[in-house]
Amino acid sequence: MTETLTTVRPTGGTLIEQFEFGLDAPICLTWELTYACNLSCNHCLSSSGRRDPNELTTKQCEDIIDELQRMQVFYVNIGGGEPTIRPDFWHLLDYAIAHEVGIKFSTNGSRITPEKARLLAATDYVDVQVSLDGATAQVNDPLRGEGSFDMALKALTNLAEAGFKDAKISVVVTRDNVHQLDAFKTLADQFGATLRLTRLRPSGRGADIWDQLHPTAEQQRELYDWLLLNGEGVLTGDSFFHLAAYGEAMPGLNLCGAGRVVCLIDPIGDVYACPFAIHDRFKAGNVLDGNGFQEVWQESELFLELRSPQTGGACSSCSAYDSCRGGCMAAKFFTGLPLDGPDPECVKGHSEDALLDPNRVIPLASQDHSRASARKNSGPIPITISRQVPARFCDEDPLTESAALNSVTT
Amino acid sequence: MVELTEILQLSPSVALRPEPFGALAYHFGNRRLTFLKRPELVQVVSSLNGTDPLKDVLQKCQIPEPKWDVFTKAIASLMKADMIHSLSPGKTSQKEPHND
Ligand code: SF4
Ligand code: SF4
Repeated sequence: MTETLTTVRPTGGTLIEQFEFGLDAPICLTWELTYACNLSCNHCLSSSGRRDPNELTTKQCEDIIDELQRMQVFYVNIGGGEPTIRPDFWHLLDYAIAHEVGIKFSTNGSRITPEKARLLAATDYVDVQVSLDGATAQVNDPLRGEGSFDMALKALTNLAEAGFKDAKISVVVTRDNVHQLDAFKTLADQFGATLRLTRLRPSGRGADIWDQLHPTAEQQRELYDWLLLNGEGVLTGDSFFHLAAYGEAMPGLNLCGAGRVVCLIDPIGDVYACPFAIHDRFKAGNVLDGNGFQEVWQESELFLELRSPQTGGACSSCSAYDSCRGGCMAAKFFTGLPLDGPDPECVKGHSEDALLDPNRVIPLASQDHSRASARKNSGPIPITISRQVPARFCDEDPLTESAALNSVTT
Repeated sequence: MVELTEILQLSPSVALRPEPFGALAYHFGNRRLTFLKRPELVQVVSSLNGTDPLKDVLQKCQIPEPKWDVFTKAIASLMKADMIHSLSPGKTSQKEPHND
């Protein structure tokens, strides 16, 4: 559908250049099935908690799957909320797989019983990510909730015992757990699982605590060094490409894929540029309007805008611009920084002044499904939460490991 | 490395999705995604029919001979990723262990 693009795509060039002009269908589509969750993690990027009464029906979900099959979207990342809370979750999983749409789903593990684990082990084309934000209960539970560490470990045990191969342990890297990277790796090895690290982004409830929880500058360096040493065998999607400004390229595409190769479908069918960009500013349309998802993906004004050449703004004079490209759009937006300037975690420190600016305006959330107890808008990190959340950590990010650039470059 | 005389076939587990720059190849078994960056390569890959030797396929797709080397290299790396199988005796491609 190149005709629909307003700018002319160059022929040849690098893959990244091609991706900047968008693809006919996303590579990394995240679909949040429900806002309902039995946890209420402090950093939940979708502010989940309560179910939305307008969540898509089973039939509507099946229609989306049919459309994804037609568009050849080979797999989707399913999250929420806690996706397994939907009574039709297991049905939709089967339906998707029968329609050549593979599933990777993120779960807090609460419902991965031995029986479900056996079912998953017997199913092809399904990948399970269990979320964990500390390698010990002591670090994990304050963030994800009392008992959530044990819950995740129980799920991993059930999966391993059922013979499920290569589950993922999905960790959002925070100030509190950077020092546990080796421990996470050991834990993953114990379960025959693969460690997946993602970046804490100031989205959803994460916006409230980002200031206190994002890795410090020294920790970012530590993380970078660790990834260079241990990167093989650890998945990061495209999470940390802003760290490429330290010198070495990070795994993945090193590009903000929002609206170009990445997008999100939320539980009511709204389509956003990226799972970390749930805000009206980045809403492209709804799958129930007009001609469905394909039309939104290929023709929405927002996505065409994101695919047109961008300016580097304050970053364009930076020596690292080619690798870092100004970092994460969502991180900038939700910290009130200009979209064409440096990432709030710019490793060269170029956003420090802007972050200290007393006039910085943090955009208000345009939606929130948190349970009343889960949202703390000010004050220190809430430590006491009665129940916690899910958090779907995106894998969503652009290209996950599968897109491991085995690119055939002729 | 692949020989020009080999008879090749796209793996039944692989789907090709056309894109403006070429195509995506997705392997449903090992879940690897590979980007074919040239429409000519896509044409060659989709013309591997399990009956003609690679040389004939390249000719049929009108790939100029000086470029064959580049194309066979690309095909060889797709074979390594289990995307393409060789049907020639003794050349059965080895499945690589995968970790995704
Ligand atoms: S997480 Fe950030 S960098 Fe990644 S696609 Fe979304 S906005 Fe872009
Ligand atoms: S100034 Fe911009 S391009 Fe340079 S390192 Fe910082 S965020 Fe990246």
